Amino acid sequence: MADTVFDRIKGDIEGNDVFLYMKGTPLFPQCGFSARVVQILSHVGVPFQSANVLEDMELREGVKQFSNWPTIPQLYVKGEFVGGCDIVTEMFQSGELETMLSEKGVATKAQA
Amino acid sequence: MAMAASEIEALIKAALPDARVTVEDLAGDGDHYAATVVSEQFRGLSRVKQHQIVYAALRGRMGGELHALALQTAAP
Repeated sequence: MADTVFDRIKGDIEGNDVFLYMKGTPLFPQCGFSARVVQILSHVGVPFQSANVLEDMELREGVKQFSNWPTIPQLYVKGEFVGGCDIVTEMFQSGELETMLSEKGVATKAQA
Repeated sequence: MAMAASEIEALIKAALPDARVTVEDLAGDGDHYAATVVSEQFRGLSRVKQHQIVYAALRGRMGGELHALALQTAAP
């Protein structure tokens, strides 16, 4: 059972430069922490795909095991786990997020 | 479904005896905390690894009993 959800997760994060597992959707986030990460990504102007874990319990639990990270949201860039709300916020405030995105060749508003 | 700040601090210190830990109750509901943890064991580790050490110290309560923990970690 776990393999299929892990396969799905791998497909999501390897198939998209920037992928966000969140509660709700970018238009209608249903959790303050998820909403903040969406705001940061929109502010940085990086296109991203997302999945609403509230609609898929298997995914909600599977992604926590996959990354060994107990909470949602979870941000992935180029298949790598970046962090949850705290880390993404910290990286954004220090400018590290934009540096990391450009180092990984992910275009942001500034460069697009 | 809530935890006391002292319990959070004790759990983190049990796993990181040298750590300086501050825990702040954000919402007064025992469910939303902010914590800063400074420990030598974080030196050279990525933020994700540092936070994972703290989550492991909380032995599975993170995301369940403890809904939100705004975490700041650093090496001294």
